[in-house]
Amino acid sequence: MTAGYTGLGDWTPEALGVPGRVRPVVSAPEPVLSRPGPEVDPTCEEVVQLAADLVATMRVSPGCVGLAAPQVGVSAQVFAVDVTDHPKAVTVHGTFVLCNARVVEATRWKAGREGCMSVPDLTGDVKRASRLVVEGALPGSGAPVRLVTDGFEARALQHEIDHCAGLLFLDRVAGAHAIYQRKVYL
Amino acid sequence: MSELAITVIGRDRPGIVADVAEVLAGLGANLTDSTMTRLRGHFAMTLVCVGPAAAEVEAALAPLAADGRLLATVRAVTPDGATAPAGEPYVLAVHGADRLGIVAAMTRVLADAGGNVTDLSTRLTGSLYVVVAEVELPAGSSDAVAGRLARTAAELGVGVSLRPADSDLL
Repeated sequence: MTAGYTGLGDWTPEALGVPGRVRPVVSAPEPVLSRPGPEVDPTCEEVVQLAADLVATMRVSPGCVGLAAPQVGVSAQVFAVDVTDHPKAVTVHGTFVLCNARVVEATRWKAGREGCMSVPDLTGDVKRASRLVVEGALPGSGAPVRLVTDGFEARALQHEIDHCAGLLFLDRVAGAHAIYQRKVYL
Repeated sequence: MSELAITVIGRDRPGIVADVAEVLAGLGANLTDSTMTRLRGHFAMTLVCVGPAAAEVEAALAPLAADGRLLATVRAVTPDGATAPAGEPYVLAVHGADRLGIVAAMTRVLADAGGNVTDLSTRLTGSLYVVVAEVELPAGSSDAVAGRLARTAAELGVGVSLRPADSDLL
């Protein structure tokens, strides 16, 4: 483990100390979704507000298990994830926000069908690691965090880290017949 | 026996596949490789089959097309025609605001590099245009091709990615 990294501890969005505001979610082909976001200073006031806003926007969006800054029009490496109570999730870390997150270990690749709030009409088959180690920083304190997770939460994390790098699930689909018109809207 | 390339396209409705396949079976035309799919409300069939002369198949399909709802074509093709040498398999994905010439420009980059598109599909949903192509590239050319694709994509204002396709495990 990289020195100084710990788990989430008892972190909750309340630790941000500011109320979140719901922001509009942008859809492809909005250019911000295809632009790699810069790293951020996790202690900066603007980033803390963005973190709270991502959580608030995720919570009002039905079926949403993750939301990245580019999806609310901000090119930055910040995202929120919450797979709590999702029937497919095994390991669950609750609601959390990470800044400047990167994948440090990815194994046991499995295909699965993904959608995205920013690509509302399509889904696609994407291979993701089902065992994952991610390192990043908590907004507010800037504390370094290392998360070990699997399955559904691992998939959500990789999807959001991709957003921060300017990538959509469309960039990772398995082949010419691996994109589908969405039949069920959450 | 001749190898035939057949296309059928028309406004989608239940029974198109059954109607066409029934005619072909009745003539003793054996369906080999095919794709049949719905494209924006039209049903499109492209099939290769082995059977009687093209004219006979065309005549048998004519009643299906008589009301103008289906368009069918039949052509004799050379069996087992020369196939391009297999390259390294990649998946190309392009997405962005719809505009004229995205497929033309991106596939020209592939063609100029000796890349062979083996499967391609496009989707327009709202203003989002998505292209996904499976392509075989000459060995060792992928980095250079990816660079040229990125430059062409930037000119078009679209995003592009080129990734190795999954290989067969067993």
